[in-house]
Amino acid sequence: MNKEGFVNELKQKLSGLPAEDIEERLSFYIEMIDDRVEDGMSEEEAVSEIGSVDSVVEQIMSEIPLTKLVKQKVKPKRKLKTWEIVLLACGSPVWAPLLIAAAAVVFALYIVLWALVICIYAVDLTCAACAIAMIPMAFVYGKDGNAAGVLYSISAALLLAGLAILLFFASIAVTKAVIKLTGKAMLKLKTSFVGKENR
Amino acid sequence: MDIQLKRGLLDVCVLAAIRNKDSYGYQIIKDMKPYLELSESTLYTILKRLEAQALLTVRSVEHEGRLRKYYHITKSGISRIEEFKTDWNEILSIYNFITREEDGNE
Repeated sequence: MNKEGFVNELKQKLSGLPAEDIEERLSFYIEMIDDRVEDGMSEEEAVSEIGSVDSVVEQIMSEIPLTKLVKQKVKPKRKLKTWEIVLLACGSPVWAPLLIAAAAVVFALYIVLWALVICIYAVDLTCAACAIAMIPMAFVYGKDGNAAGVLYSISAALLLAGLAILLFFASIAVTKAVIKLTGKAMLKLKTSFVGKENR
Repeated sequence: MDIQLKRGLLDVCVLAAIRNKDSYGYQIIKDMKPYLELSESTLYTILKRLEAQALLTVRSVEHEGRLRKYYHITKSGISRIEEFKTDWNEILSIYNFITREEDGNE
């Protein structure tokens, strides 16, 4: 069984438990599998070392107090109290625009980041286009018998082509960096949530 | 082995595994492997128990693009290990007494 199969089956078999308990257990086992894989094991080997889903579930169930399971079963899904709803509604003219503005600023900054990346691509494309345009220029100069003009066009074409190629690699590197940055920012965001849970 | 005794023993073992350096789940299991086999579920329960008793703290650390939980021993955790050591000395002297009686009977 691979990691995904293991996790899905475990999730399904633990479904009677409080949601945060399930998440915590799952992330614990996922970390265990990932660490084994990092240690050089295959995903299947890692999963089989942890044991069958049923044995894991059995052990978990044996450790969880019955009262907790019962509580979870009878607990009604929490409803907002009347005063909480009133407060939220009354405050909405203040907090809703602020929230939207904050999100918009973050989004705009992110767009700017990608705009910069697109700029590099645009410059790169321009260089390439100019390099190609310089080739017919050389012929035009040649027809006029202007040797200096031909030399100028060919050297300009070569220079621009070189620049285009260099910029192409640069733009790919920048794109990758921005994508990686996005992933890291997401992770930081997640960590900030996780940290609170862990006291 | 007596369940209560084993449970106390495991708690101290896990504390000892993080005593010198913060560690994470799989590392703890690997470190303890030469001495005793510890299943993931058992470790999870022990870590939860130790956290509830404030003998260790947990924090999530970014590692290779994912999150990994690191466990850090607290002052009470360290004193728990010291307690165990004194207890064990007592047990050892009792053990010596028990085995001496046996020797005497032979």
